[in-house]
Amino acid sequence: MTHTSWIQFLRQRLFATRVDAAITLVCFYIVWRVSVPLLQWLVLDATWNGTSREACRGDGACWVFIRARFSQFMYGQYPVPERWRVDIAGALMVLTAALLSWRGLPFRRGATIASVTVLPLGGLWLLYGGFGLGIVETREWGGLMLTLVLTVYAGLIAVPLGILLALGRRSRLPLIRFASVVFIEFWRGVPIITVIFLASLLLPLIMPDGFDVDRLARAILGLAFVVAAYMAEAVRGGLQALPEGQAEAAQALGLGYWRIQRMIVLPQALRIALPAMTNEFISLFKSTTLVLIVSLFDLLGIAQAALADPAWVGMNMEAYVFAGAIYWFTCFGLSQWSRLREKRLQAAHGR
Amino acid sequence: MKFYGLVAAAASLIAAPLIAAPAMAQQLAPSETLDAVKARGHVECGVHLGLPGFSFANDKGEWSGLDVDYCKSLAAAVLGDATKVKYTPTSVQQRWPVLQSKQVDVLARNTTITFSRNATLGVDFQGINFYEGQTFVVRTKAKVSAVKDLADGTICVAAGSTEEKTAADWFRERNLKVTIINFQKNDDAISAYDQGRCDAYTAGIGALAGQRIKFKNPEEHQILTEIISNDPQGPVTRWGDERWQLIVRWTLNAQIAAEAFGITSKNVDEMKAKSQNAEVRRILGVEGKFGEMMGLSNDWAYNIVKQVGNYGESYERTVGMGSALKLKRGSNELWTKGGLLFTPSFQ
Amino acid sequence: MLLGVRHRGGDYSAVSGALSAMLTFLRDRKVRDILWQAAATLVTVAVIWFFVRNASENMVKAGIASGFRFLWRDSGIEVPFNITGYKPSDNLLSLLWTGIVNTLLVSAASIVVATVVGFTVGLLRLSRNWLLSTLAGFYIEFVRNIPLLFFVLFWYFGVLAALPLPRGSYDMLGVIFLNRRGLSIPTPNDVSGLRLALLVIILLVAVQYGIARWARARQARTGRDFPVWPVGFVLCGGLPIAALVVGGMTTTWDLPILRGFNYRGGFVLVPEFVALFAALSTYTAGFIAEVVRGGIQSVRQGQIDAAKALGLTHGRIVRLVVIPQAMPVIIPPITSQYLNLIKNSSFGAAIAYPEIVAVFMGSALVSTGQSIEIIAITLGIYLVLSLSVSVFMNWYNARHKLVTR
Repeated sequence: MTHTSWIQFLRQRLFATRVDAAITLVCFYIVWRVSVPLLQWLVLDATWNGTSREACRGDGACWVFIRARFSQFMYGQYPVPERWRVDIAGALMVLTAALLSWRGLPFRRGATIASVTVLPLGGLWLLYGGFGLGIVETREWGGLMLTLVLTVYAGLIAVPLGILLALGRRSRLPLIRFASVVFIEFWRGVPIITVIFLASLLLPLIMPDGFDVDRLARAILGLAFVVAAYMAEAVRGGLQALPEGQAEAAQALGLGYWRIQRMIVLPQALRIALPAMTNEFISLFKSTTLVLIVSLFDLLGIAQAALADPAWVGMNMEAYVFAGAIYWFTCFGLSQWSRLREKRLQAAHGR
Repeated sequence: MKFYGLVAAAASLIAAPLIAAPAMAQQLAPSETLDAVKARGHVECGVHLGLPGFSFANDKGEWSGLDVDYCKSLAAAVLGDATKVKYTPTSVQQRWPVLQSKQVDVLARNTTITFSRNATLGVDFQGINFYEGQTFVVRTKAKVSAVKDLADGTICVAAGSTEEKTAADWFRERNLKVTIINFQKNDDAISAYDQGRCDAYTAGIGALAGQRIKFKNPEEHQILTEIISNDPQGPVTRWGDERWQLIVRWTLNAQIAAEAFGITSKNVDEMKAKSQNAEVRRILGVEGKFGEMMGLSNDWAYNIVKQVGNYGESYERTVGMGSALKLKRGSNELWTKGGLLFTPSFQ
Repeated sequence: MLLGVRHRGGDYSAVSGALSAMLTFLRDRKVRDILWQAAATLVTVAVIWFFVRNASENMVKAGIASGFRFLWRDSGIEVPFNITGYKPSDNLLSLLWTGIVNTLLVSAASIVVATVVGFTVGLLRLSRNWLLSTLAGFYIEFVRNIPLLFFVLFWYFGVLAALPLPRGSYDMLGVIFLNRRGLSIPTPNDVSGLRLALLVIILLVAVQYGIARWARARQARTGRDFPVWPVGFVLCGGLPIAALVVGGMTTTWDLPILRGFNYRGGFVLVPEFVALFAALSTYTAGFIAEVVRGGIQSVRQGQIDAAKALGLTHGRIVRLVVIPQAMPVIIPPITSQYLNLIKNSSFGAAIAYPEIVAVFMGSALVSTGQSIEIIAITLGIYLVLSLSVSVFMNWYNARHKLVTR
């Protein structure tokens, strides 16, 4: 920015009128009063090195606590010698996401299909075990790893289910339409806390004797159903935005219903609905904190459990700030990626 | 022909029980839970989310405590190895669904025996492993010496616990007003009390001794000595599996009996080899085949005492003088020494 | 659409005739539709029947009672905050009602504040002042990317930490006390005086509404302005306050008095309520701000330019041109935010606020063990709440729809 545009900026955006100038000064003062102590607490006065509570003498944040329990925040109670499996699963996930975002990906169809079928199963194999790897029960999973497992697997179930529901809601078969509407409105109308509770309590009851449903699986199913209902609404928005002519033209060409959906309608509708779907995904990520209710120790749960450790009393702020920061950056990152994608698509479609 | 048919039928009717009898003698009532435990290879135990002294996991994930010791005894009795047990931490509210849905085989979670739980939840108590007494913890500065001084105060408690109802009843009987705030988890209630939301927090005196270390400044708090109710606590099983309940009950009895007969983890081998006391010999499996009657090996009680210890050893190590809680035996002593623990005879 | 099955000669004609008839039958779209739906219904019913049968078997085996009679059992559960006068000796149905009232209370209060704050922040986000706009943007981004549970816990433990113990309470006018146990407000012992005052106020509000309509009609006829607001200020401000004061003076008040540990008497607004209310309001306000911003930005610039050309002031432009056109765009997403807020009130369970989930799905479920009935009732209540809000908003939306050419 040149010298004159700085002045212009100040004059137009900050000090345009006398009232404006006063507001600017007041805001500035408030920001100053808040951010300086915050920065001091967070960084300047904080203790970074040490091994135990006694090392935290200063006024600032005691990040020693986080460093000491960092592995728990990330892995929960996952056995230390097996943690490489979690690392590989995590790396795979990031790699897949990066590859799929790459626009010039060769064999895109194959890659997409593989990433929603083979890779999740592979990830599950890595995390849980069996067939050559030692079994690590889900009760030992925790921390950020558990949060990501919940999000990814609930999302993987929710998206196809949501698409089916959205199509069902627009179906010409009255019963199917009715069933879809009932399903969607039901799961959208109840709080997620009750759904997780419901899944935890009711799934064992409705299963035949001897058939045990893993606790983590129950939470994932509960979350998946709720998110599927929200996804269905997002996809419905996309379907509605698509001009009717597309489907009608395909019908005129003699294509069957599922062909039309698969080759013409859904690719376009999903592209339109992608921002809304990403929003729901971010919501899902935040909703995973609720599994605290059923004693599953996700990132927030591990933070709370760490606070109960008598060796580290009074570290409330540090624990919550750390966990909160992880959530914030992940969600913010996801929403920025979504915005960038939207811009790219709009440029591409010239809209 | 018909006559011979009748004779054959009569003969088989008489012979059948005679032939079947030896076979039936070896057959015991089926126990779904025991079969599941044996198939699984470990016992599933429902415990507290973290109550020092009773069931608490350190940051390496190792569990210890009085209830944890009970779980270990059960594993030693059933599977011969006290380490073959996995713990499911549950909150006050979750413990019932977790037991009812067969996710755990037994609940060792300092749960108080009450009528309504027995009658409406489909659960049964298999003995008493700790005589708790309910009291309050207050700030020393508040200068409270008796529970009635808490009138007009606010009390934090875990929702769904017996302490909640007992405290409410106690104050109501005496026409004293008090506000009770109930939280979903004990730790939330303790936290809120510590922050000053309440004037007192109520739990059992043993539990309070353990939870004391969770306060920011334990010296600023004082546990009252006045007990407002006696809460016997013990292992809990679900209805429908009598043989498993039998095993759970007699595992606890074996631990107490071992202390009554002076069998400790140190002298158990010697006692097994040398003791002439008939009951000791039956407990340790030298004679009587008591283990097989339950579907376990005859070493069941021997394994308990050898790997975990008798009741007294367990108590001292987890909540007694050998621990941080330093609770005296009090009612948790053998009845011969003035306490309330006794066990039916091993005959 | 026939497959073109040709009739073969003689012997096969009957069979192929039947076959082709059947194929025609199946190829008919309507028939296929019915068949598919019948199949789907059958499968669904079978699955549901399977689960229900398992459930009842498992429940019988576990010895868990069933049926709804438990609702008339004595509850014995303490609820520290209620405006229904509930006592632990009341039955569980009463407990459920108390939970519902508490949910509605915190939801209603939060909706009001969230809307106000949300609109403000949304408008600020579009402010010319860069600092204001950026700060509003920070607020929105902060709130949208952090789970609500954080806010609830933060407000609860933060609020608690900041307030003093009862002995050192902040007091206002000597009768209202703010401390860590809550906000103690005096309540009237006898409401008749105040009831009269309330009637007077309602009457005055009706009069004011009548005056506003008359003034608008007069303006349409003659173009003359009428100072509606200053008149309204006197009518709805001064007179009602006078009425209240007179009403208040004639009633006796139950004042909060420090007795031992806490203030007794009057009405106590517990910190759980305040924390949940603050968390819900600030969280939802962030989302409402985005919705408002989207709505306002959807009003075409041409409208604002035309209004400016007509010489309307900035305030009038916003009030008479922008907001009425932005409302239809704002209403549907705001409805879903309100619904989310109502559902999010269930977070109260995490901080001991006695709303439905904490009180019924928590305490009552533990003490009676009848999970299926209790969960069904709780879900049913939330569904009723959600659907009512949806229906109301659909009606409102239909009424205020923009009629475009």
